[in-house]
Amino acid sequence: MIRTQGLTKRYGAVRAVDSVDLDVREGDVFGFLGANGSGKTTTVRMLLGLVLATGGEIELLGDPMPKAAMTVLPQVGALVEGPAAYPHLSGRANLSLLDAAGRGTRTRGRRARVASVIEQVGLDPGDRRGVRTYSLGMRQRLGLASALLRRPRLLILDEPTNGLDPQGIHEIRELLLELNRAGTTIFLSSHLLSEVEQLCTRVGVLDRGRLVVQDDMAALSGPTGRTVVRTPDAAQAVRLLTAQLVSADGDRLVVDDGDSAAVNHRLVSSGLRVREVGPERRDLEQVVLAASSQERRAQDHVVDAGVVRS
Amino acid sequence: MIRVELVKLLRRPRTWVTIAMLNALPTLVAVLLALTDIGPRPGTGPPFLSAVLTDGTLFPLAALAIVLPLFLPVAVAVIGGEAIAGEAQTGTLRYLLVRPVGRTRLIVAKMVSVVAFVLLAVVVVAVVGYVVGQLLLGDGDPSGAVASVSGTSLDSTQIAQRTLLALGYVTLSMLGVAALALLLSTFTDSAIGAALGTVAFLVASTVLLGLDAADALQPWLPTRYWLAFVDLFRDPILWRDVVRGVLLQGAYLLVFLGAAWANFTTKDVTS
Repeated sequence: MIRTQGLTKRYGAVRAVDSVDLDVREGDVFGFLGANGSGKTTTVRMLLGLVLATGGEIELLGDPMPKAAMTVLPQVGALVEGPAAYPHLSGRANLSLLDAAGRGTRTRGRRARVASVIEQVGLDPGDRRGVRTYSLGMRQRLGLASALLRRPRLLILDEPTNGLDPQGIHEIRELLLELNRAGTTIFLSSHLLSEVEQLCTRVGVLDRGRLVVQDDMAALSGPTGRTVVRTPDAAQAVRLLTAQLVSADGDRLVVDDGDSAAVNHRLVSSGLRVREVGPERRDLEQVVLAASSQERRAQDHVVDAGVVRS
Repeated sequence: MIRVELVKLLRRPRTWVTIAMLNALPTLVAVLLALTDIGPRPGTGPPFLSAVLTDGTLFPLAALAIVLPLFLPVAVAVIGGEAIAGEAQTGTLRYLLVRPVGRTRLIVAKMVSVVAFVLLAVVVVAVVGYVVGQLLLGDGDPSGAVASVSGTSLDSTQIAQRTLLALGYVTLSMLGVAALALLLSTFTDSAIGAALGTVAFLVASTVLLGLDAADALQPWLPTRYWLAFVDLFRDPILWRDVVRGVLLQGAYLLVFLGAAWANFTTKDVTS
């Protein structure tokens, strides 16, 4: 659905986005992670043809962007850097205007289209107030509604739950999952690791303009092949497991053995008490931090060696 | 897209506030004239103003002459400066473009909507001027005949035709301003910046127009032929400056709109 090759955006000497090869497949919920200023938004804008790339290629739904924008973008819904609307008009009027904008728009069924997305995102259909009176959460819902207007095959969402309360976040998450089950591919850019962790099937991590990780969620956050043990008899346990011990921190031991049942058996049969035992799992935060720092070390190393990258 | 832009224009409170403010000064002038009966001496002050004391039917033209040099262009600069920069400021520009609305299409629709605003403003000023003139000022000749600027008399059909011509000419006079405001609007994300830049350009043009040393430049200044609509009320009509004015505005339109298009279609939208 989204494929980029060597996508690069240079501002003067700064590479805001540096040779990014994205690969988002049909049916994915793709989490696009990165710190503020890592180039996420610039990448999203290039995908949508708002910012023109300095180098590299973009394919959206199999067609080159921004060349095929007029045929591709009608099948894409987007929320970029927060929602926007004309403040003096109501949400409904804003959606009708947006529905009427652009080529090949039909008047027929407009009212129904607008009513259905308003209901979908949980806004009050009877609300006639101008958007200027809307709360941040309501604006966010309105932005999502406008992204859904054309029943897109691909949704590109930048921080979609920004400003929502926990209840609202839950609702939007359910809505996105439901859309995804119905066949919509979702590209979700976020700096909220927990959001991505709960929603996404694939993850890409951007660090200072470079894509440092791109993999299935399951592969990233799966078991590490180690076992974590908590025991009140830590001293004896350390002695017993010395050969396989990775680290010991107070009562918490990490053992280089993926079979936690076997580890448990060894401890218990030696008469040691075990409070907790289970396979070690990485969470996304660790993955991201590890990937970023690795990348940084690699770059620093290059600089140390006096080699200047082209 | 043009239809959408027109709906946006008409549904904006700012459009109507601006038009109301445009009408305030001519109306105040009419009230003062009616109360005091003291007009400017013939040949001084805005055109037609000395004539309206006796004949209110000329007041639409006097009203146009009052707003034309400053108020109307400032209003056009504000509305034109809003065109792209205003959408950028509210963030709606990016959503229009990913809708998708082609950039060329958008800029043409914006230009059309600014011209529509000018036409609307000019017509409202004329209509309000007519009503105010009828209510407050002299009735003129009972036969409906009006003295032309050349001294001969024009009947009411001629006056109506020429007034329509004048409305059209004033609208065309604003093309250059509108296109410049649109051009600046594609360069900045600040609507006020674009409007002020346009106003500065007009002030410069007016200053140069009063400077003898700038003689060579004067035929090319955008404000040079603005008041040529008065020539439409000579008998016979003196077309020379009117035609030059239209051509000049057409040239400004081509250059500024072309530049606006070239800039907007190749620019990174980061708003």
